Amino acid sequence: MQPLLVLEQALNGLQIGVMLFLMAAGLTLVFGIMNLINLAHGSLYMIGAYLCAWVFQTTGSFLLGIAAALLGALIVGIAIELVVFRALYRRDHLDQLLATFGLILFFNEMVRILWGSTALYAAVPGFLAGQVEILPGAPYPAYRLAIIIVGLLVAMLLYLLVTRTRVGMLIRAGASNRVMVGALGINIQLLYTLVFGLGASLAALSGLMAGPIFTVESGMGDGVLILAFVVIVIGGIGSIRGAFVASVLVGVVDTLGRAFLRPLLATVLSPVTADNAGPALASMLIYILMATVLFFRPQGLFPPRGR
Amino acid sequence: MALTRRTVTTAIGLFLLAAIPPVSAALGQPFYVDLFTRIMIFAIAALSLDLILGYGGLVSFGHAAYLGIGAYSVGILNFYGINDGFIQFGVAIGVSALAAFLIGAISLRTSGVYFIMITLAFGQMIYFLGVSVNTYGGDDGLNIRTHSDFAKLLDLDDPGTLYFLVLAVLTLFLLLGYRIVESRFGMVIRGAKSNERRMAAIGFPTFRYKLAAFVISGAMCGVAGALLANLTLFVSPSIMHWTRSGEIMIMVILGGMGSLFGPVVGAVAYLVLEHTLSGVTAHWQVILGPILILVVLFAKRGIIGLVAGAQAEAGRG
Repeated sequence: MQPLLVLEQALNGLQIGVMLFLMAAGLTLVFGIMNLINLAHGSLYMIGAYLCAWVFQTTGSFLLGIAAALLGALIVGIAIELVVFRALYRRDHLDQLLATFGLILFFNEMVRILWGSTALYAAVPGFLAGQVEILPGAPYPAYRLAIIIVGLLVAMLLYLLVTRTRVGMLIRAGASNRVMVGALGINIQLLYTLVFGLGASLAALSGLMAGPIFTVESGMGDGVLILAFVVIVIGGIGSIRGAFVASVLVGVVDTLGRAFLRPLLATVLSPVTADNAGPALASMLIYILMATVLFFRPQGLFPPRGR
Repeated sequence: MALTRRTVTTAIGLFLLAAIPPVSAALGQPFYVDLFTRIMIFAIAALSLDLILGYGGLVSFGHAAYLGIGAYSVGILNFYGINDGFIQFGVAIGVSALAAFLIGAISLRTSGVYFIMITLAFGQMIYFLGVSVNTYGGDDGLNIRTHSDFAKLLDLDDPGTLYFLVLAVLTLFLLLGYRIVESRFGMVIRGAKSNERRMAAIGFPTFRYKLAAFVISGAMCGVAGALLANLTLFVSPSIMHWTRSGEIMIMVILGGMGSLFGPVVGAVAYLVLEHTLSGVTAHWQVILGPILILVVLFAKRGIIGLVAGAQAEAGRG
């Protein structure tokens, strides 16, 4: 096992990690503040990927694609917040699960109606094609490196927003005690819409970056959604810091597991057993990680205070 | 069991289900026998979920896993040439009960939204196990060569026989369900749903009670899986996908949770709706999605709440 290969896979893991973080950040904020489980968060990821790929394809401008994706997801996000979620905040989690499950069915099918059931081709933008030499003799795709940089940058901005600004203070206050924030005269309804729109745009950003790496197809957000749930549960629901740590952890563990578990097992087991057990264990690894974390810390790694 | 509106509704419902094979034969539409066999199998799965969801308040979002375990038990035994139905169903029950025990023992340590997420994660874990084990077909699934063989007692090659076997299992599980929820055990489960701390304070080890209910529910769903394998003669990981767990949950809510016949009505309503809409347009999900949202927002008690009246609410705390 060459060290360069490990480095490359670790970077891939980090790249998956930051993309997961963009998803998980919105999810954990929405849950932490509004106490709402939103299964349709994956749909916003999908909408972001579709809008960006489609606009990029038709206009030839990737930046225009980014703008369309962020704006489109923001509008869709605010629309479903106003139409569906307003009625759901006071309901129990079960009702929220079902209503947002209905939204998933709707959006997955809507995408098929608008863009057909075959996958949409998403190209890597020209200025990010090619490779970058991160270490002498170790080339790495520029696009993936860009994802890591954008992801870390957004994570930092989000951290500053939450810890250093007035809006961030309200968000944190809302996560600790919603009722009290409302009682102090803050327009909590507006804060909800704002946070939801922010989460929707972050999901779209994650989706549009995922487009050229994975396939842009109906239902592409569902798998990521489950991973994002795993992340926020490991990190502690409502905690941005927890979401970041857990995203990177999940991304790296998953990627390294898929890359190295089989060869590692082959050194102790017979090749046939390793061929069967390796991939099985690798795909289950993050769920085992989650179960282990919850077994020892039922509230996740960074449980929010005051609740 | 007193002659209440609820039991009358149940009896009429089961009678209507029993009438389906002769009616569809008279209409020359044998297809409906297959459709309703499938519907009743999902009704069993939904019923098993309702036991812990409607009565115990345990939102298990990974219930399709037990469906898959039951189906794969039949499939894998068939793969090794073991077709004895008693062994196949015994293994299906045993393995799904064991899985439910292990999953429950960890998941029940948490509560609320964490419980939803961890059961979801375990469901996905078993789904990915199915996807990645290539010996049993992996993603492509596993063909089953023959039906379960019940020592020549039942000929499951005949769709009618399979139909009535499924109906018999459904009826049995309904009766079993009534016995469970009305028993002392069921009362403890329902009490723990209303106020767990109080139940613990009067001395009930609620964790053990909930775990037992979780295992019973998983085993029942495993039987549904074994029946499903016999209907389709094919098993693939897609029956364990988390969206399937969501569908089973929808059936429970749609029909009305906390009333045992509710999930059966929900399964009929959901799958008939799916069948009808998919006949109208290929994009039926775009209609089904908003219908679900409307049901959640405006019809909290489900269909059974409209038919059987307030008694159906008895299980809700």
